[in-house]
Amino acid sequence: MLYAILCYAHEETVFAWTKEEEAAVMEKLYAVQEPLAKAGKLGPVGRLMPTTAATTVRKGKDEALVIDGPFAETKEALLGFYVIDFDTLEEAVAFSKQLSSVNPGSTSYEIRPFYVFRPGDAAS
Amino acid sequence: MTDIAWIDLALASARPKALGALLRYFRDLDTAEEAFQEACLRAIRTWPEKGPPRDPTAWLIFVGRNSGIDAVRKRSKLQALPDEDTISDTEDAESDIAERLDDSNYRDDILRLLFICCHPDLPATQQIALALRIVSGLSVPQIARAFLVSESAMEQRITRAKARVAKAGVPFETPSPQERAERLSIVSTMIYLIFNEGYSQADPKREAAAFSDEAIRLARLILRIFPSEPELMGLLALMLLQISRRQARFSPEGEIVLLEDQDRSLWNQPFINEALALLDKALRHRRPGPFQLQAAIAAIHSRAKRAEDTDWVEIDLLYRALERIQPSPVVTLNRAVVISKLQGPQDALDLVDPLGEKLDGYFYYHGLRGNLLKQLGRNGQAREAFDRAIALAQSAAEAAHIRHQIDKMQEDAARPIAK
Repeated sequence: MLYAILCYAHEETVFAWTKEEEAAVMEKLYAVQEPLAKAGKLGPVGRLMPTTAATTVRKGKDEALVIDGPFAETKEALLGFYVIDFDTLEEAVAFSKQLSSVNPGSTSYEIRPFYVFRPGDAAS
Repeated sequence: MTDIAWIDLALASARPKALGALLRYFRDLDTAEEAFQEACLRAIRTWPEKGPPRDPTAWLIFVGRNSGIDAVRKRSKLQALPDEDTISDTEDAESDIAERLDDSNYRDDILRLLFICCHPDLPATQQIALALRIVSGLSVPQIARAFLVSESAMEQRITRAKARVAKAGVPFETPSPQERAERLSIVSTMIYLIFNEGYSQADPKREAAAFSDEAIRLARLILRIFPSEPELMGLLALMLLQISRRQARFSPEGEIVLLEDQDRSLWNQPFINEALALLDKALRHRRPGPFQLQAAIAAIHSRAKRAEDTDWVEIDLLYRALERIQPSPVVTLNRAVVISKLQGPQDALDLVDPLGEKLDGYFYYHGLRGNLLKQLGRNGQAREAFDRAIALAQSAAEAAHIRHQIDKMQEDAARPIAK
């Protein structure tokens, strides 16, 4: 089944990483994804800009409202995602635990199975 | 990164919010700083064992407030609060305080903390030093190294600046919308000063070079709590566009590389993309300001794949708009560069010459004049202008850049004779 792994973290801390710290973490995160990529199970992976770059469109009375910032003002912000084909939830949990163990930040990984997924071709 | 390194980072990034809230609570900068310091010490002791709290900022405010109250009571010889073991289990209280201390509360706290560093009596360098000490939490030795002064001199400077701020009184009442807008504008300018203090460093290893990153962090922080301020978006976009060229601005020998000669493949594309996204957001508000216009100008350069693709007509329009809302000889000087591209060196020189009175002590004025005179073949006058520029250069890189132009001029002049 296709899963989204949504990464939530305290963005003030994440965006305070130095370039070296960030490069080290990213390298380790890549290493965790590599086996899945080789097995052809890794779908799109995305890293999001800070929430300061976000815009939210919300249902308004007549017309939709355009609001600066992320949808929810939460302590942890959605900062990235993976789309991966796992056979079982156990595999998804194991993968997320691996990500967590190489990531020094207090990132939480939310595992959400897909109903529908259209890969599209915008980024390919 | 170790766990301890992560904790350090979490403490540093929580600092402006937590210290701002503690300042509101204790109404005294020293007490607030001590309380925050104490909370950090407790965090270092307890987080590795218990794991980091979900909301480090709320935890630090809660623990800092208690230890501050404790300290105040001890000083006034009243009954002390229960010791930390009994209050260290803060789970419930922490989530409660986190609810109440929502961003609407933090907003004015953080703004106040930044604003008190911008006291008009303090010269710009002291404002920067104070903000880096108080808001960013850099140590005095770190700041001293960056400003190339002794630790004791910097310690004195910061102590004096703090005393000045304390004497002026910290404004605790909730600001009116107009006051808030004014504070935002003053604080934005100060953040940009911090940025430039770092950006003007040719050597990326110099301590001060990190100030640019710190300024970007502060701008993101303040934009997060004031998400609909187009000028804050403009400020952040401008700094991101400038810093995106960090790797291309200097040659390996440390010499300045002009924008048109830079290797554009060295520009940091993610920063550029983020800046363009911010500018798009800012434009929707239709409230242009100096930072947005400067960012829009920088963005046109960033969008051009090659120097010769630059849309100078659009840049000229933006500079004209900037001259209207923020008239300044430096802006006109910058527009002269555009005019030299669009109409040639003579028209540019006609625009530059009247600025002499105001910009006579300015490196770039003489540098540009020399360059324009050189293009017009008036080598004698060009040489005079270049010499003047070298005398005013504030770094070896600036002086080397001008010398390079003189060398080229002499080479070009010598060529026909050599043939």
